[in-house]
Amino acid sequence: MKYTARVWKFGDNINTDLILPILAFYLTPQEQTKFVFKANRPGWVELVQPGDIIVGGNNFGTGSSRPAARSLKNLGLGCMVANSINGLFFRNCVNFAFPAMECPGVFDGFNEGDVAEIDFDAATVKNTTQNKTLPGIALPPKLLELLKAGGIYPLLEKEGSIAPRK
Amino acid sequence: MGMTVAEKILARNGGLKKVSPGDVVTVEVAAVILIDNNFQANVRVDILKMRDPSRVIVAFDHRVPAGNQQSAAAHVAGRELVKKFGIKRFHDVGPNQGIAHQLIADHGYALPGTVLLCSDSHTCSAGVFNCVARGVGGPDVVYAAIKGETWFRVGETIRYNIEGKLATAVTMKDVFLDMAGRYGDHATLNVEFGGSGVAGLSMDARKTLTTMAAEISAEFATFEPDDVMLDWVRKRNPTPFEAVYPDKDANYKEVRKLNLSAVAPMVALPDSIIGNVRPVADAVGTTINQAFVGSCANGTLEDLTLVAKVLEGHKVSPNVRFLVTPGSNNIYREALRTGIIQKLADAGAMVTPSTCGACGGGHMGVVGPGETCITATTRNFKGRMGDPTARIFMGSPATIAASAITGVITDPREFIK
Ligand code: SF4
Repeated sequence: MKYTARVWKFGDNINTDLILPILAFYLTPQEQTKFVFKANRPGWVELVQPGDIIVGGNNFGTGSSRPAARSLKNLGLGCMVANSINGLFFRNCVNFAFPAMECPGVFDGFNEGDVAEIDFDAATVKNTTQNKTLPGIALPPKLLELLKAGGIYPLLEKEGSIAPRK
Repeated sequence: MGMTVAEKILARNGGLKKVSPGDVVTVEVAAVILIDNNFQANVRVDILKMRDPSRVIVAFDHRVPAGNQQSAAAHVAGRELVKKFGIKRFHDVGPNQGIAHQLIADHGYALPGTVLLCSDSHTCSAGVFNCVARGVGGPDVVYAAIKGETWFRVGETIRYNIEGKLATAVTMKDVFLDMAGRYGDHATLNVEFGGSGVAGLSMDARKTLTTMAAEISAEFATFEPDDVMLDWVRKRNPTPFEAVYPDKDANYKEVRKLNLSAVAPMVALPDSIIGNVRPVADAVGTTINQAFVGSCANGTLEDLTLVAKVLEGHKVSPNVRFLVTPGSNNIYREALRTGIIQKLADAGAMVTPSTCGACGGGHMGVVGPGETCITATTRNFKGRMGDPTARIFMGSPATIAASAITGVITDPREFIK
């Protein structure tokens, strides 16, 4: 599983209130994407191209359990890497099938707009603009499989534990 | 090397002799709590199977009573699930309502030595009962409700030895803020509390600490068991359990001291706790529009009693909306019985039904553009309690009450000597 695209940089302790603000709480998942980073980076959602990659600092996704990872996926982003990812947010990334990997030092390894090549199987992060490669932290095999399978709900649907979603 | 409390609980419930940091383990989950947010139309899935409905608890808390049609519809969907699977432990809108994490304490739902899950990030609260408890988000809580199991990556543990005694007008909220200010976030790490100072702390006070552990991004926050805790659970839940003590040679990443005696009233400045904690003096004099005491961290009887004590002989400033929200209706009734609510109301506070309410900025007590609020809740991110231009300071219930009286952020030691 490989992603190649330009990167957008976000710093330390990016919280889920910034990704999915309370104002968007009752909206449909697609409508919610318009509010991503509205408070800290207004207008950004208009600039995102399908497949773009987020590069984050430390403890990306701290805060509440709201489905903020789903908003990043629905916005059309390809994947994300960060120095470190909040444990709860990471679970939601895997479960909603938004690929996310930790890679210590990745924040300083990119300028905004550089092109990244992220390989989840090899757990490597390449800055193709600067021709540098950083080692990422490999996802446990079980979670990588879950990501590739499209997250937790398709799995539960297939085995008949939940009703098919519309 | 021996194991920490969290490692031992994970090993036991994963059917393993030993776990070590870095392992990914699948564990049995003894209690799964679904909250009203899980039934909102934009996240709900229709559960068809449940391995063991007796492990599932349903508690409506974030938007109670329903404030709009979407929340009312979520409650309807939740009630249908309860009926479909015959779930007995159900906290609907009504006399048994409350914030899930408070209900866990009120009813002894968290059994020492077990694993407890809820989607909500402050589920670490139940770690005060010697549980491995964590917020896992919507999909994982659905999975656990269906299968009775979940996975965790084992993290390293930092041990905190609590010593000394709290000074007058200082609470465990201040201790937490002080600790967060000193050590920053604990992402991927567990925190474990024990030490000679624990005995002098009520369960309410201890629970503030484990609940707030979400704000330092800890994986699990667990207390070592003692008789006060064990009696608390036994009195409320007849199910047998086996508490877990850390091994003598447990492998901690670091052992630190929390000296309660050395802590003074603290505040967090707006937008975050991490990197933003100061002595209350740094914020003193800031004009406020709203003051709030409540949430799963500070809606306990002890918190309400402290607020009443600060307010004694004073009135809430006419320029301040002072909201007080008991963490559960058990607490509400107890505070009525002991006369606390009368005192709060007479002083000019608005006592609301028990709910998450203003803590989450989505139900009631929402703050408007440019306003300033000081809160004894869990989180002060930008936009957390309403408009993103509002400033949210955080402090102890004593600091909030003192500020509500004067209309500006105030050191509580002015009112409690
Ligand atoms: S009281 Fe606040 S922090 Fe606690 S569960 Fe409710 S919204 Fe979350």
